[in-house]
Amino acid sequence: MTYFIILIIGLGIYAFAQLANVVQLSSSLKGGPEEQVTDKDNRFNARMMMGMLIFILGFFVWQIKEYSHTILPESASEHGVEIDTLWDFNMWIVILVFVVVNIVLFFFASKYYFKKGNRATFFAHSTKLELIWTIIPAIFLSVIIIYGLKVWTDITGPAESKNGVIIELYAKQFDWTARYAGKDNKLGGTNYKLITDDNPLALDKNDPASSDDILTKGEFHLPVGKEVFFSFRSRDVIHSAYMPHFRAQMNCVPGMETQFHFKPTITTAEMRKKLNNEKFDYVLLCNKICGASHFNMQMNIIVETEAEYNAWLAKQKEFAAKDAPAAPAAPADTTKPKMALN
Amino acid sequence: MSTSHATVHHDHHDGHHAHHEEHHHEPGFWRKYVFSTDHKMISKQFLITAVFMGVVAMMLSIFFRLQLAWPGKSFPFLEYFLGKWAPGGVLDPNMYLALVTIHGTIMVFFVLTGGLSGTFSNLLIPLQIGARDMASGFLNMLSFWFFFVSSLLMFYSLFLETGPASAGWTIYPPLSALEEAIPGSGVGMTMWLVSMALFIVGSLLGSLNYIVTVVNLRTKGMTMTRLPLTIWAFLVTAILGVLSFPVLFSAVLLLIFDRSFGTSFYLSDIYISGQALEQTGGSPILFQHLFWFLGHPEVYIVLLPALGITSEVIATMSRKPIFGYRAMIGSILAIGFLSFIVWGHHMFITGMNPFLGSVFVFTTLLIAIPSAVKAFNYITTLWKGNAVFSPAMLFAVGLVSTFVTGGVTGIILADSALDINVHDTYFVVAHFHIVMGASAIFGMFCGVYHWFPRLYGRMMNNKLGYVHFWFTFVGVFGVFFPMHFVGLAGAPRRYYAYDAFPMFDSLKDINVVITGFAIMSALAQGIFLFNFFYSMFRGKKASQNPWRSNTLEWTAPVEHLHGNWPGSLPEVHRWPYDYSKPDKEEDFVPQTVPLAAGEEAH
Repeated sequence: MTYFIILIIGLGIYAFAQLANVVQLSSSLKGGPEEQVTDKDNRFNARMMMGMLIFILGFFVWQIKEYSHTILPESASEHGVEIDTLWDFNMWIVILVFVVVNIVLFFFASKYYFKKGNRATFFAHSTKLELIWTIIPAIFLSVIIIYGLKVWTDITGPAESKNGVIIELYAKQFDWTARYAGKDNKLGGTNYKLITDDNPLALDKNDPASSDDILTKGEFHLPVGKEVFFSFRSRDVIHSAYMPHFRAQMNCVPGMETQFHFKPTITTAEMRKKLNNEKFDYVLLCNKICGASHFNMQMNIIVETEAEYNAWLAKQKEFAAKDAPAAPAAPADTTKPKMALN
Repeated sequence: MSTSHATVHHDHHDGHHAHHEEHHHEPGFWRKYVFSTDHKMISKQFLITAVFMGVVAMMLSIFFRLQLAWPGKSFPFLEYFLGKWAPGGVLDPNMYLALVTIHGTIMVFFVLTGGLSGTFSNLLIPLQIGARDMASGFLNMLSFWFFFVSSLLMFYSLFLETGPASAGWTIYPPLSALEEAIPGSGVGMTMWLVSMALFIVGSLLGSLNYIVTVVNLRTKGMTMTRLPLTIWAFLVTAILGVLSFPVLFSAVLLLIFDRSFGTSFYLSDIYISGQALEQTGGSPILFQHLFWFLGHPEVYIVLLPALGITSEVIATMSRKPIFGYRAMIGSILAIGFLSFIVWGHHMFITGMNPFLGSVFVFTTLLIAIPSAVKAFNYITTLWKGNAVFSPAMLFAVGLVSTFVTGGVTGIILADSALDINVHDTYFVVAHFHIVMGASAIFGMFCGVYHWFPRLYGRMMNNKLGYVHFWFTFVGVFGVFFPMHFVGLAGAPRRYYAYDAFPMFDSLKDINVVITGFAIMSALAQGIFLFNFFYSMFRGKKASQNPWRSNTLEWTAPVEHLHGNWPGSLPEVHRWPYDYSKPDKEEDFVPQTVPLAAGEEAH
């Protein structure tokens, strides 16, 4: 940090020195020769090109060294491992292109600067070269596309087992509510006009599937090693349910229902041990601008063994058990059936 | 050539008595400087407006960067500028979002669309194709005035009681539709929508004019394959604008209906402020489709002019023909075409059908091919060149670096599976600021330094230009490179503060470093501003063809004439890139020079 401030102050002083210098120069150059850039300036900038290359690559390496610890830990979900592998594959190509192209660019720029008496080579095109650098990127991209689409299809396709936990994440300004499907493993239908203080998720009480649904706030629990089928709704504006440790994200859109499923593989306790951080928790964040408190819309996610999970779930109250006054029941046909829009 | 007209420069201090040589009627002050129909004056009007808007947008970014580096710390000058929005010098969360929103809007639309296309399409299209002016001077004037009024409205919205629009520059409804959701969606959003509607009208008038001019008004001998790449880029940009901006206009219009007239195009099943809204059946996702149908071509509306400008500058200043002229045209066309069928990559996680997502992955990654061709062609042009490092040339080389450095991370983001975890994080912010923001603004600076002698008849100062470039270049990498790491830590964008999550504690240092570099780059722009305005009045007088360039604009007199050339229009005999042609004495051959006996045309 201190070095950084010193660097900035140093560069600042240099700038002002140049500035003072320049006001003089600009008047003395008035009506000067046809040649606009002096040999000295060309040489200086050519050297700076090399300096810039060193800065870019050096800064890159320095950041990897300094900032790698901030990067998300290993994926805590099954598909996340696949994403991370794909990520690494693409990243190696990306870094290779970034390094090689910048080296060539700055090397040429610093080498072929204007020298009196030199003449540039008249080299206007070469079908062979142009074909080479159309075809090589095309091959790389084909591989990237095919591999990427395979992973994408795996993730968004149907899960291996239909058996799993069904959870709805419900977003509103500025908090989350999780709804478990309950004993019947079926989420009850909803109608947004039914929202009251006691029925914040607008459940349709006439739908038998809703009576055993379980609502939780603050945190929700997932069993390790079981597929979790999420559906998402929003009450007001678009939110995005972002669970970075599981490489999972899906928008919550008012008026429609979205879905995502994944299988957690590492319990919270195991992850705490791996990270050597007793306070670590998986979190659900909002990742779509949603208003003033967008930056603080969170819910903890606890991944635990199935036994622990069942014990926790058993302690939660079912929706019907909450002593709610009967809301005016909506006519059955206006109740949104559970469906996926896409 | 320059000497005969040297007394007739446009400098307005003595402009009124210096035009005795001219045969045309000298317009009065209002017609000349304000309601001008001359493309050169309109170009300067666009430039000055964009410079002003750019300074505003940059200041806004410094305001919110301070909050991100030192959350909750009091900066008294924030209160000075923002008043009740920074009580005690601490930025208000709503105002934070407003600043982010207006910063993005101004930079994307007012600086890099209006400013870049407006300035250089206007200046260069008639001058480089050998036309007396735009096809319609009057529409051209209207185009600027719509742009100017929309700029004023956008700027004015910063001072509204309830704050400016603050739903992000993409203004996704319902957040942008409901005042109850965020105060900025009240009058502020109305102002934003009206401003953008006017902006689109101005942009369309301009684009239609550019297209007609390029197609119809080329001088004798100026075939399409003798056009400088700048003109190709401006032409394709204008076509993209004409095809895509109307879609944004309809998106904006429907949003106005939803906000003011109770329709439900984008709204459905919403409960807010203790009330269930009547609207049902609409879809917020519809807005995103319409928005990004413009929004993605918009990226290339911003980028193509910059690429066109740098193609021209790299060839001229390397004293070498641009490598692969036809491939460059082909890649501009390919990029332009593909840009219309990739918009869905902004929406992978909106619940879009995964198969449709796959299609967008495919089309998006295809864009990497023409982009790669462009980058390699630039680099080959530098190879065995004789590069003169004017400030414009530095910015052109800088653009190639940022275009590649920011472009490669696009390969990651275009991959839908990878996008899941970095969507809307700082990784995206890093990506588009480098590939689009920095590249386009480098293209703009490149153009300003290179064509300043054409704009103002004077040279900008090189030394200051060098200082400006090197600080800006270091600043761009210093600000945006670390943001990749912020994104990889899972940090979402548009967060007012990160201290609500222990997982982001490790990002404090990075955010301070980023803000430090941001302040440094902002100060460096002060050097540019000084150079720009100082050179306008006191800069060294420009000679006829200071960069020894081939294109037609350098054959027109330095002082601005209405109609550009005295006497007849120049005639074109060759392509624009005959630099360092073997057997020629000079290292450049202007397009107006006829082919010598036995000389082969390109």
